[in-house]
Formats: sequence, structure tokens, C-alpha cells
Amino acid sequence: MAKALIRMPTEAKRGEVVEVKTLISHPMETGYRRDSMGQPIPRHIINRFVCTYNGQEVFRAEFFPAIAANPFLSFFTVATETGEVVMQWTDDQGTTQTETVRITVT
Amino acid sequence: MSARRSSSLLAITLLVLGMALSVSGQGPERGDAIRAEDKRSGYSFVSPETRAMQDDDLANPGFLWVLEGQEIWRTSAGAAGKSCADCHQEAPASMKGVAARYPAFDARVGRVINLEQRINGCRLQRQQAPALAYESRELLALTAYVALQSRGLPVQATIDGPARASFEAGRAEFLMRQGQFNLSCAQCHEDHWRQQLRGLPISQGHGNAYPAYRLEWQTLGSLQRRLRNCNIAVRAEPYPYGAQEYVNLELFLAWRARGLPVETPGVRR
Repeated sequence: MAKALIRMPTEAKRGEVVEVKTLISHPMETGYRRDSMGQPIPRHIINRFVCTYNGQEVFRAEFFPAIAANPFLSFFTVATETGEVVMQWTDDQGTTQTETVRITVT
Repeated sequence: MSARRSSSLLAITLLVLGMALSVSGQGPERGDAIRAEDKRSGYSFVSPETRAMQDDDLANPGFLWVLEGQEIWRTSAGAAGKSCADCHQEAPASMKGVAARYPAFDARVGRVINLEQRINGCRLQRQQAPALAYESRELLALTAYVALQSRGLPVQATIDGPARASFEAGRAEFLMRQGQFNLSCAQCHEDHWRQQLRGLPISQGHGNAYPAYRLEWQTLGSLQRRLRNCNIAVRAEPYPYGAQEYVNLELFLAWRARGLPVETPGVRR
């Protein structure tokens, strides 16, 4: 995994519903394809996404082979207090990518 | 008898009229029959969902390449130890409008080159680094990043002077029937662009969104990759990447798409 794009407000009012949009670069190889020599290409997908807000899990997703390459994900959470929103993607090879966005709640 | 004579007279009249029009340049130029007011970007032929993806820079996966391109722009490479930014500073200022002018004649190499080749020229000459492979992630990223700086500006390639021969070769390529299906580019993208092919609308064949993210590819790809796909679709042998035939065709297509905004990185089906 290399690049991730995240958009979410860095400032919000307490109780406001905020949208988090994420896009990450990943081949999402299904495991069903074969290479030019006829050998199966091993499955290599992001299988898990977890988002925590000040340590508390607010959103989680399981991914499956039918999900396109470079998956885009959008979800909502409620701005409760100032802190860190941490997003973590884990793929089949055990690689994880973590991105952190700080949100200030007034 | 008289009916037959009058119909043949009419045919001759039309033929002469047609010739007169083409000589005087009043009629549509070959390969450019779509009227300016009918000219439409490929954007208008894709689904609303795909358009929404292109419109939102965060939903547009092409921006993953742009982000990478921005990093490459700032990273020094090669024996000269220079980065793109060392000579060209900040791309949003220095690269604005550049992609809209390509392909263009390059006096140093003495032929028309496209943006990818221009970037590789810089790598070889200025950075003294090995050229990036065509369709490699790095070259696509850098091309997308440079082309993004022209987004919204009208495509305007120069076809006069030393570029003329290349342009005419590109036009010939566009009009040439090829492959087992014996089809030219013009037959689909000029004569039948309003119609459907396998349930999907046929576009006008403009390259103003490339490098573009194609959902079918699940990746960003160059205009040459798209052209190769068209060749394969009519069962013609595609040229290798970087072939002058494609560069000529890209120049012709850029002229044909003149006035349309650069959309890089576009999203296509």
C-alpha cells in the first residue's frame, strides 16, 4: 500500500455529523485470475479497515474480492470531542497502513 | 429516360460541388467533420456515477497517481542529482498550460513528441537518469501531475510549420481502414458517434482526459494504451508503445479536440 487520500473536516461543532472519505491505492487482486503462464495469481486484497476516534472504534469494514482496485470508502461519525481519527487498512500480506487526522471540536 | 438523365446530372453536380467545397476548404475537413457546437468530451458519454467520480478529486482514483507524481517532481534523480522542481520550481505555475500544447514539435530531437516523451527527454538530458518505461507507474504519475496543471484549459496543439507532416500522417492514420474488421477510427468516432456499440454509446474519440483512470483497467493509463485497445478491438496489430504512428495520431486527435478542456486525470468506463 502506498498512497491514501482522506477528506474530513478538521474542525467541527460538538454533536455535528461529519463525513469521512477515504481513497487508497491497492491492486485488490482477486485471486481468481491467472497469469500468462496459466498460474493462479494469489489473492492480494485489503481485507479489513478500521477507524477509531480517540481510541474508540467508530467504523469497521471487511473487504472481499469483488471490491475494485483502489477502494473508495465514505462513512459518517459524530464529532464528540477534540482528538485523533485514526484509519487503518490491513491487506492479505499483513501490510498495514495507518493515517491520522486531527479534529478540533468546539 | 429523362428521369435517369436528371439523376445522373444531379450526381455529377453533387460531386463537382463536393470537390469545389473540399478545394476551397469550406466543407468539413476530413477527419474533422464534427461541428464545433457538437464537439463533446468523452465525459458526456459516461454514466452519471462515473462523471461524479471524475468531478470529486477525492473519489477520483487518478489523484493517487497525481499525489505520487507530485512526490517524484520533488525527488532528485539521476547522475545530475536534480529534481524536476530544481529547474521548473513549482509545477502549478511552471507547468500550467503545457499539457494542453502537447504533442508538439521538439527541435532538439527533430520530430513531434508527446508529453511522456518530453518528460523522458528531461530525465535523460537534464537529470541524466534512465528513461521511465512507457506505461510505468512513475511515468503515468508524473504525466498526470504535469497534465493536471492544465486542467480546464482548452486543448490547443500547433499543427503548422515543422509539425505539419506529422499531423497529416496522424490524419491518415485516423482515416485508414485497418484490422480484420477493416474499420478506421473515423467510422466509429466520426460517422457513428451518436450511436451505440455493444450497449454503450460511441464517443467522439477525444483524448483530452488522458492519462485517465479507466474502470475497465482498474488503473490509470495513457492515451496510447487507449489507442492500442482500439486497434485490438478492430483486430489490428497495435504499434509498440511510443511508436511515432501513435504520436502522430495523438497530435491529430489533439487538433481535432481543440477547444475542449483538459480533464486529466479523467475517469472513463
